Amino acid sequence: MEAATARQTRRPPWLAGVAPLVILAAAIALFVVLDSPGLNRIGVPQEKLSVERTVLKPGEIQLHVRNEGADPVRVRQVIVNDGFAAFTQSEDRIGRLGGSEIDVNYPWIEGQDYEVVMLTETGATIDHTITAATETPGADVDFYALMALIGLYVGVIPVAIGMLWLPWLRGVDARWIQFLLAFTIGLLAFLGIEALLEGTDIATAGAEAFGGAALVWLGAAVAFLGLAGVDAWLRGRRARVGDGTAGGDAGTETDGHADGRGRRVVGAGYRAALLVAIGIGLHNLGEGLAIGSAYAVGSLALGATLVVGFALHNTTEGLAIVAPVARERAARVGRLVLLGVIAGAPAILGAWIGASAYQPGVAALMFGIGAGAIAQVIVQIAPQIRDTAGRVLHPLAVSGLLTGLFVMYVTGLLVSL
Amino acid sequence: MKDGRGKLSRRKLLGGAAGASAVLGLHQVVPHDGLHHAVDEAFAQDGHGGGHDVQGGAGVMQHPMHAGTVGMVDPRANGFDPQLILRDFDEGRVVNGVREWELVAEEKKIEVAPGVSYDAWAYNGRVPGPTLRAREGEHLRIHFTNGATHPHTIHFHGIHTSRMDGIPGLGAGDIPPGETTTYDFHATPFGLHLYHCHSMPLAEHIAKGLYGAFIIDPKQGRPEADELVMVMNGFDTNFDRSNEVYAVNTVAFEYLHRPVVVRRDQLVRIYLVNALEFDLLNSFHIHANFFDYYPTGTRLEPRDFTDTVIQGQGERGILELRFPYTGRYMFHAHVSEFAELGWMGFFEVTD
Repeated sequence: MEAATARQTRRPPWLAGVAPLVILAAAIALFVVLDSPGLNRIGVPQEKLSVERTVLKPGEIQLHVRNEGADPVRVRQVIVNDGFAAFTQSEDRIGRLGGSEIDVNYPWIEGQDYEVVMLTETGATIDHTITAATETPGADVDFYALMALIGLYVGVIPVAIGMLWLPWLRGVDARWIQFLLAFTIGLLAFLGIEALLEGTDIATAGAEAFGGAALVWLGAAVAFLGLAGVDAWLRGRRARVGDGTAGGDAGTETDGHADGRGRRVVGAGYRAALLVAIGIGLHNLGEGLAIGSAYAVGSLALGATLVVGFALHNTTEGLAIVAPVARERAARVGRLVLLGVIAGAPAILGAWIGASAYQPGVAALMFGIGAGAIAQVIVQIAPQIRDTAGRVLHPLAVSGLLTGLFVMYVTGLLVSL
Repeated sequence: MKDGRGKLSRRKLLGGAAGASAVLGLHQVVPHDGLHHAVDEAFAQDGHGGGHDVQGGAGVMQHPMHAGTVGMVDPRANGFDPQLILRDFDEGRVVNGVREWELVAEEKKIEVAPGVSYDAWAYNGRVPGPTLRAREGEHLRIHFTNGATHPHTIHFHGIHTSRMDGIPGLGAGDIPPGETTTYDFHATPFGLHLYHCHSMPLAEHIAKGLYGAFIIDPKQGRPEADELVMVMNGFDTNFDRSNEVYAVNTVAFEYLHRPVVVRRDQLVRIYLVNALEFDLLNSFHIHANFFDYYPTGTRLEPRDFTDTVIQGQGERGILELRFPYTGRYMFHAHVSEFAELGWMGFFEVTD
């Protein structure tokens, strides 16, 4: 019908949709060419720069700055601790959202604090404080190996250890499983809240230009909806596989069990576990970022407390992953390893990114994605803790939730970046 | 030469190393009355033609230290050159026995450190304002026009009547934009004084650049010397009531980049004025040398023989010294952070 109309008028239907866009583009172009007729800059320029990354090398302070204001910024002099210092910069004029690298020639001393002031052409000053100066590790093989080791310690190993509860889980009473699933939800809720708070902190401190805290919530929405889509896709695929191979297939999707209505549900436990693993993996990516960036600025107290803290913190994550598969018939080692890697390995990736290419906007988005993924996982798991009366918040579940929150809070105290 | 001998006898009394160096200096004294004029002319050749970059003897030096600003300030864009301000004495004109000047307060964007602009208020388009010079007892008239958008005055240090004090509410009081007044008084006492705007808010009106040196020579004059004016100042570029940039004669590190050229053994007289706002003290320190110090220049006998002098806000004094050796000698505020924020320079001593 539409096609027929279009053919009659010889005008493709998309044209009507595109026309307003074309007119908008033309109007903007005209407005810019005419230099915003009728509108003048009100007031004086507001020069805003945020320092996204500080790199300290012997005799040199390197600042990666971004213009988060509306007006262009021209840095003309640099003052370090009340003295002008020689410097070079990659961009003479930093436009809106533009970045620049400012290399200051300064004989800084290990462990001391420095106040770096960028003096702009208008005489405005942008201050940046460096606390306890220490040389930024170079991004060589050793460094990546160290970050991988840290990621391994705080991400992969604890998660793997936590997953070793699976044999025990398989033997316990169904009520225990329900309790542990509730525990998992409590744990995830804690991680989600933590991710939101941390992401918001980072965003407001260094990513105002890119939307600040909105980035966190945007990331959360994307992850929440994205995972919902993945879940729907997995369900649809499983349904098709189930319908087409009703006799039971030796394929990867056949190790499921019958649901209440007697239909064959393929790998429902693993599906839930995969979602949990993805959620935790995204969370650990953010955790790795935080560790790597803290290491890069020398503020990471690498040591037993940190590693032990993370180990305890993240071991519970391993438990959370295996809880949904406790009632699966077969324990598939390969699949479990994959789940462990999905949940733990992002910590390594995060540490690499955080230590070598930290960008507050990206970090805030990552934390948001982690939080959104966790929220989706909670939504997915929640139905499994229903009791026979269909209640989610029955006493056993509530005690599990609270235990999860409490354990994460206590083990979290051991980890302070 | 006459003065050189006087210096020697005084230093002999002080004895020690200073005396020894003075003796050494005397051996090498060459008759050079007027030599400093040659130096002046060397500056003038480059300076007065509009191209203000001082080349040749002074040269443009890229200092090798970590400290220092990046780039150079263009004196042409500023419309005044600290190299010329050093030796620029404005004696006005004498009409019917009265010495007169025309001063205009203006608003002007100036470059105080390379690339860093400052919306200054200036007398006659320069910061510091012109160095006014008269002789003790002369009748003075200063015709002042306010060419700016805020009320301004000129308040002279010196001895005069209440009506001529140049403050709001007395005499002509605040001079509104576009209006004119004449300050009329006699030059007394002799010494090194200061003039500045006294409109409210006071700190703001001074800090923005409305100040200058006011020299009243004693009747009998002072010994022939290479005379330099150094007005110590600073600029609060971000309006936080503390200075971001410090300098002598406005431009940060001016004399570090382009040293002040003086002749060996020549008597050098520095008219040192502290026009700094927001900081209570300023100071002047010379390397590898000592100077006679005459506070406010109101006595003909020095009070101190020293290498460092401290001045509070509005304080000033006259320094006299000779450089016994050629070479480059640093001078700077011994308030070290001022030094590193621009108040640092060199004398280039040549034969």
